[in-house]
Amino acid sequence: MKICDLAGIAAAQAFSLLLALCLTPASSPALGQPAAGAGLRSGFDSMSASTQAMQRDDAANPGMLTVNDGARLWARPEGSAQRTCAGCHGEASVSMKTAAARYPRWDERLNRPVGLSQRIALCRQRYQGLDAGSPDSAVQLALTTFVAHAARGVSLQPDTDPRLSPWRERGRARFDQRMGQLDLSCAACHEERAGLRLGGATIPQGHPNGYPLYRLEWQSVGSLQRRLRNCLTGVRAEVWASDAIEYIELELHLTRRAAGLLIETPAVRP
Amino acid sequence: MASALVKVPARAMRGELIEITAMVAHPMETGFRSGENGKILPRNIVQLFVCRYDGVEVFRAEFFPAITANPYIAFSTIATRSGTLEFRWIDDRGAEVLERAAIIVE
Repeated sequence: MKICDLAGIAAAQAFSLLLALCLTPASSPALGQPAAGAGLRSGFDSMSASTQAMQRDDAANPGMLTVNDGARLWARPEGSAQRTCAGCHGEASVSMKTAAARYPRWDERLNRPVGLSQRIALCRQRYQGLDAGSPDSAVQLALTTFVAHAARGVSLQPDTDPRLSPWRERGRARFDQRMGQLDLSCAACHEERAGLRLGGATIPQGHPNGYPLYRLEWQSVGSLQRRLRNCLTGVRAEVWASDAIEYIELELHLTRRAAGLLIETPAVRP
Repeated sequence: MASALVKVPARAMRGELIEITAMVAHPMETGFRSGENGKILPRNIVQLFVCRYDGVEVFRAEFFPAITANPYIAFSTIATRSGTLEFRWIDDRGAEVLERAAIIVE
């Protein structure tokens, strides 16, 4: 890790930043360089150097405050059962090393796919005896950020469970579906126009590899659902209800198209 | 769930200039924004940040409403002796966050 960082710094001094990103080994998670899949670009790559530096430095990345909150919650006895996450799962750095890379996954009891945040909420209901909280509650965000952070540097490997396929295909259809008063699809911006400008901002490819992430615009950590709601509002479409299946279907498609990108949680985005 | 992140070098030479960074989780609500039904959200910002090195104040900052949520501060001081650095943030509501970090000076 240290050697990679040094190599990155040396390269950045010698060449342009872009060249440095290409030269840095894919094992360096902080740089968001895809491990596989040519042409895949994490949103990290189109950020300014100062925002990239903010994400790289754990003492400057405000998302780490949320990760620390999550670490405390992981060890705190909760609910009627007074059980801790750690009581069943042990050290998150071991048991959750790759978990976030494989979600959304199939839930046997609900008989449908669930995202990571929802999976954590289900765990809290089923085993700790807590109420279902909002996916954007501070507790839910902190735990999800903590668990996803345990998988930082791991490449996204979407679950190959065949039962997910029809949901994933609906997600793809949704991605290509024009919607809202502006009559835009996700693909219209994040595929056809990725890399071009929307006002002052570079349009990213729209990958989910850094969530939950700290957005400077939000001044807080937010979920992928929150980001998708922003996009829906942006094209002036009707926003889906909280935890609606549409989000999970879309996430299934998003993780497939981002397969191979490294998890950056907690990422920082403008 | 108030929490803070501080970075202090674990070891330093006597007389060495050391860089310290400190960030606290805080919404820094300006008092100018409106929330539900157009009601103004009451101001709640960190007013004061103080760093003490072995009981001696080495850095102090007053904060204002234009400062970002989760404010991050970087400053430097001179390593004098082994001891504890104490970081304290105080907000409009009187809530305090206290964080400590140890340093060994050789």
